[in-house]
Amino acid sequence: MPDSKSPSPQADRPLATSPTIHVRDLRKVYVVSERESGAIAALQSLVHRRTTEIPAVDGISFDLSPGEIVGFLGPNGAGKTTTLKMLSGLLYPTAGDATVLGYIPSKRDKTFLRQITLVMGQRNQLVWDIPPMDSFELNRAIYRIPAADYRSTLEELTELLDLGPLLRRPVRNLSLGERMKCEIAAALLHRPQVVFLDEPTIGLDVTMQRRIRAFIAEYNRRFGATVLLTSHYMADVEALCRRVIVIHHGKLLFDGDLSNLVQQFTAHKTIVVRLEESSSDLSPYGEVVSCDDGLFTLRVPKAETAHVTERLLADLPVIDLLVEDSPIEEVVERVFAQEVS
Amino acid sequence: MRTLADLYVQQFKTTFASMLQYRASLVIWMIAHVLEPLVYLIVWSTVSSTGGGSVGDYTTREFAAYFIVMMLVNHVTYTWIMYEYEYRIREGALSFALLKPVHPIHSDIADNVSSKLITLPGMLVVAIVLALMFHPSSHIVVWAILAGVPALLLAFLLRFLLEWSLAQVAFWTTRVGAINHTYYVMMLFLSGQIAPLTLFPSPIQAAAAVLPFRWMIGFPVELLLGRLTPGEALTGLAAQAAWLVVAFAVVRIVWRAGVRAYSAVGA
Repeated sequence: MPDSKSPSPQADRPLATSPTIHVRDLRKVYVVSERESGAIAALQSLVHRRTTEIPAVDGISFDLSPGEIVGFLGPNGAGKTTTLKMLSGLLYPTAGDATVLGYIPSKRDKTFLRQITLVMGQRNQLVWDIPPMDSFELNRAIYRIPAADYRSTLEELTELLDLGPLLRRPVRNLSLGERMKCEIAAALLHRPQVVFLDEPTIGLDVTMQRRIRAFIAEYNRRFGATVLLTSHYMADVEALCRRVIVIHHGKLLFDGDLSNLVQQFTAHKTIVVRLEESSSDLSPYGEVVSCDDGLFTLRVPKAETAHVTERLLADLPVIDLLVEDSPIEEVVERVFAQEVS
Repeated sequence: MRTLADLYVQQFKTTFASMLQYRASLVIWMIAHVLEPLVYLIVWSTVSSTGGGSVGDYTTREFAAYFIVMMLVNHVTYTWIMYEYEYRIREGALSFALLKPVHPIHSDIADNVSSKLITLPGMLVVAIVLALMFHPSSHIVVWAILAGVPALLLAFLLRFLLEWSLAQVAFWTTRVGAINHTYYVMMLFLSGQIAPLTLFPSPIQAAAAVLPFRWMIGFPVELLLGRLTPGEALTGLAAQAAWLVVAFAVVRIVWRAGVRAYSAVGA
């Protein structure tokens, strides 16, 4: 482990063996005050404030090698964003160690900050009223990017993300997808070696999601950057990451090849059928997850999906039928269920 | 230093471009900045002319001069950072500032100065119009006006740093309105905004001398109007410098503690 007092990365270590991101028993506990709703409870809370400790991240460990691109999965509130914020120096860990490029993130060393970036899909750093180009120039000055590097990086990003026509339009006139592309470009102008992406494709349409995905892969390939990415969309993770880390309730549940995770935990598909009559019994076809006024949700083994669909259509008065992959939340829930059972 | 200058230039450009998008709001802000001193000017002019042409050591026309200059000094030194910070912290916008390898105060200073540069010509026009309406009179003292330039600069820096520190209170509480209001009231009475400090009873004057408020507004105004002796001017500049040292320390301490608090509860 790098010396925690030294602000610079250890140069004497061979690069291949020292992880870019090193996390050991990392914990973050939030202390939140809580009270019942209502006026009396509000008055009580004036006198006596009740607080609860919520462990958002509860002792996780993992390492990322240089140039790796890893998917960070988990349902809402699992602790993904909290972890990313600790790794980018926005949050102080309650306990445990984290080093990124040999730096302790929470010290927010300037040389460290110059080598990382955090893209938050739900937040904007671009100035709303002016064209992205002006915000880019501001970042050039903030990160002290030499003029020549700035020009070539901007050219490259413009080409990869197809930003040409967007650069001179005020940000408020851009669509969500266009804005996200510009946000990503703004966050990468200084060519960070470590890229944290928190839901970079949230709210975007499928085409734009694909576009951003392709870009992330290309950025990783061209610059050898280490990428840690969270997403709700399984497709993002499938397209980009060989390795995934799954956390739930702040605990690490799975760290390994994505193919293993999917094989292990998504052996099922979901079939949603609407029937003309709501009284049918569908249990012979698969596990009935829910049944609501003629709308049935079935869980069937992946291999049998085609066969079951065929039978349903042949046997029953089907109005509508939909075959879905298990959503990522469900996959993770299942990982979690296995963990406790 | 050169790179910091580059940052300031870029921030100037950004602020210019953003502000020009909101010309109407610029005008509304300027009206607000003119109205307040204008009200005091009218009140004191009326009091003075009904009371035989003067109150204390100010004649009616000296009141006019006082409030016109005060309007300009206030314009140069005021900040809106306390309102901005609350928003930044609540909306999480501060996180982006914390990710940047540069202290956020630089962007804030550059932003403040550039928006003042945009509005200053308008304020000067207003000052001329008010001068034509109220016939101010004042001694033109050349050395005092020259000394007024550094006094104004120090006043700006002092007010900026103190209000920037005060803005950091938003790190600890989401109810900063009450604190801002208290500050505003103290400013109103102890800086010379509502009336020249020489008209107040001596305990208040004594308090004003040791508190920072006077050094942010009243002192440069009196100096520019040639109402101070060279000795008083030097003492004033020294007081400003001393308070500035304090303000620097406060900024450093509060910022560090604030970031710690912020990064403890969830940025």
